[in-house]
Amino acid sequence: MARLGIAGGMIVALAVPYLIRSDFWLGFLITVLLFAAMGMAWNVLGGYAGQFSFGHAAFFGTGAYASAILHIGFGLNPWLGLAAAAVAGGLVGLVIGTLSFRYGLRGSYFALITLAFAEVLRILANTAEFTGGGVGLYVPLKVGVANLQFESKLGYYYVALGFTVLSLGVGWALERSRLGARLMAIRENEDAARALGVDTFMCKLQAIVISGALTGLGGAFYTQYYLYIDPGIAYGPGVSVEILLVPIIGGLGTVFGPLLGSAVLHGAGELARRLVGDAPGLSLIFYGALLVIMVRFLPEGLMGLVWRLSRRRERAANA
Amino acid sequence: MLEVSGLTKRFGGLLAVADVSLRVPEGGIVALVGPNGAGKTTLFAMVSGFIAPDSGSVAFAGEEITGLPPHLICAKGLVRTFQVVQPFGRLSVCENIAVGAHLHLAGRKEALERAREVAEKVGMGPLLDRRAQALTVAGRKRLELARALATAPRLLLLDEVMAGLNPTEMGAMIDVVKAIRDMGVTVFLIEHVMQAVASLAERVYVLNQGRLIADGAPGEIARTPAVIEAYLGHGAAARMVAQAVEASR
Ligand SMILES: Nc1ncnc2c1ncn2[C@@H]1O[C@H](COP(=O)(O)OP(=O)(O)O)[C@@H](O)[C@H]1O
Ligand SMILES: [Mg+2]
Repeated sequence: MARLGIAGGMIVALAVPYLIRSDFWLGFLITVLLFAAMGMAWNVLGGYAGQFSFGHAAFFGTGAYASAILHIGFGLNPWLGLAAAAVAGGLVGLVIGTLSFRYGLRGSYFALITLAFAEVLRILANTAEFTGGGVGLYVPLKVGVANLQFESKLGYYYVALGFTVLSLGVGWALERSRLGARLMAIRENEDAARALGVDTFMCKLQAIVISGALTGLGGAFYTQYYLYIDPGIAYGPGVSVEILLVPIIGGLGTVFGPLLGSAVLHGAGELARRLVGDAPGLSLIFYGALLVIMVRFLPEGLMGLVWRLSRRRERAANA
Repeated sequence: MLEVSGLTKRFGGLLAVADVSLRVPEGGIVALVGPNGAGKTTLFAMVSGFIAPDSGSVAFAGEEITGLPPHLICAKGLVRTFQVVQPFGRLSVCENIAVGAHLHLAGRKEALERAREVAEKVGMGPLLDRRAQALTVAGRKRLELARALATAPRLLLLDEVMAGLNPTEMGAMIDVVKAIRDMGVTVFLIEHVMQAVASLAERVYVLNQGRLIADGAPGEIARTPAVIEAYLGHGAAARMVAQAVEASR
């Protein structure tokens, strides 16, 4: 049943660009997919392991800059740039994870450390020469599949879809693995996990490296898609908040929560833009309000709501 | 199996555990008793690696383990339960136990399978899919035990697993502990309920204000004046002797 649903969903996802044929809506779907994939990356660390990061921009921006700099400065093929960005994001994860988990930082302290890292990187990117400083970096236009640049949005759509499948696949595998079981145990009760032989430091470190690598990949995709990156986009709090909202809206620690959350977040965002226009800073206010509403009224996210409703229907059917 | 020598722990000015030495031989059940605040839980926390002792040493199966982190001590086959139960609240009973089973089993399927077997053994079979936070006190105590047991330990430290249980539940728990011993697992338990201690332990250590004040078979311990004083207050032993003399007249 679940398998049939996933197979059906895949067929629809593959056919969608031929059905809607609107550049605007294709662009919308690309954003939804990109943030679904990065939302799952956040979910690995925040949803499964319970370590909330407020600074995933540190990974996103590093991936974005890594692929841009390696391409512009060293002529690295952008497809290989994706892999390099994943490695760079994973390394940043290793550094942040080692520093914070080694010293037992949890909860809001961990969230603040990640935020601080992203901010430091933003300031560095603003001042350093090889990042283009405040001006940012432009990726030269050279359309071609081999160059990860496409004539229409179609190509980007399929790359984004591949990224989302990879990322949700990681979540799916995690739920069926020892590491996943241990991360959930750490989230629920770290002392009990330690008593049962779980090396909590190593497990959290693995989670942040996986999370950082996937998010770095997202950053590289962003660079190729917009052919431009600057410190505010790469390391600003906007992207950090957007990434963490996705699984919180959709459902923490679930495989399909990030996909659902990204669709709802960006759908609502689009709607808000049409209703009130596009004033600067408005999206952050919108995200903030959404975060408060979710945490207050739907802590288990939309997947939790779906789950509860289906259980109620089941009970009604059995009665 | 376990050899503790000169273990000491201070919390600020409070001497929680003072120069305690004891041994737990392989294959049996040994109890640690004493009034509230005696330092029993602190002693367990030091043995299992949760608290570093100020001085003294712990040897397990002939190997020095003092100062090792809890997960490494657990991997060697020494596991503890918590007096204040620490369930993985939003995970099911089966998933809770599987975390312990994963210590030696990498595969998810195998760990869940082992978890089901362990749940059967401790009488939690019907509760497998229940969320841990939905369990009763007795259920949670059992879950503590089941998770620890799933790590396939050689020595199991049980911290007040009978506390808060009614007499029926307590009887069932005593049977479970005996069954665990019969599987070849050595058990070292903290218990308040003297009746449970008497029916389980071959040897009892009595701790009071951080110091060992007596040890021996359960029957002997109950007649030791120092123990009676510790439990019932200063002068209690003398009063009881006087009463006994009075009664025998
Ligand atoms: N982490 C701690 N910090 C300060 N004091 C503690 C701590 N843990 C225990 N104590 C104190 O140490 C003493 C022994 O506590 P505990 O080992 O829990 O006793 P028991 O388990 O025998 O009831 C008590 O007085 C308690 O208040
Ligand atoms: Mg205690």
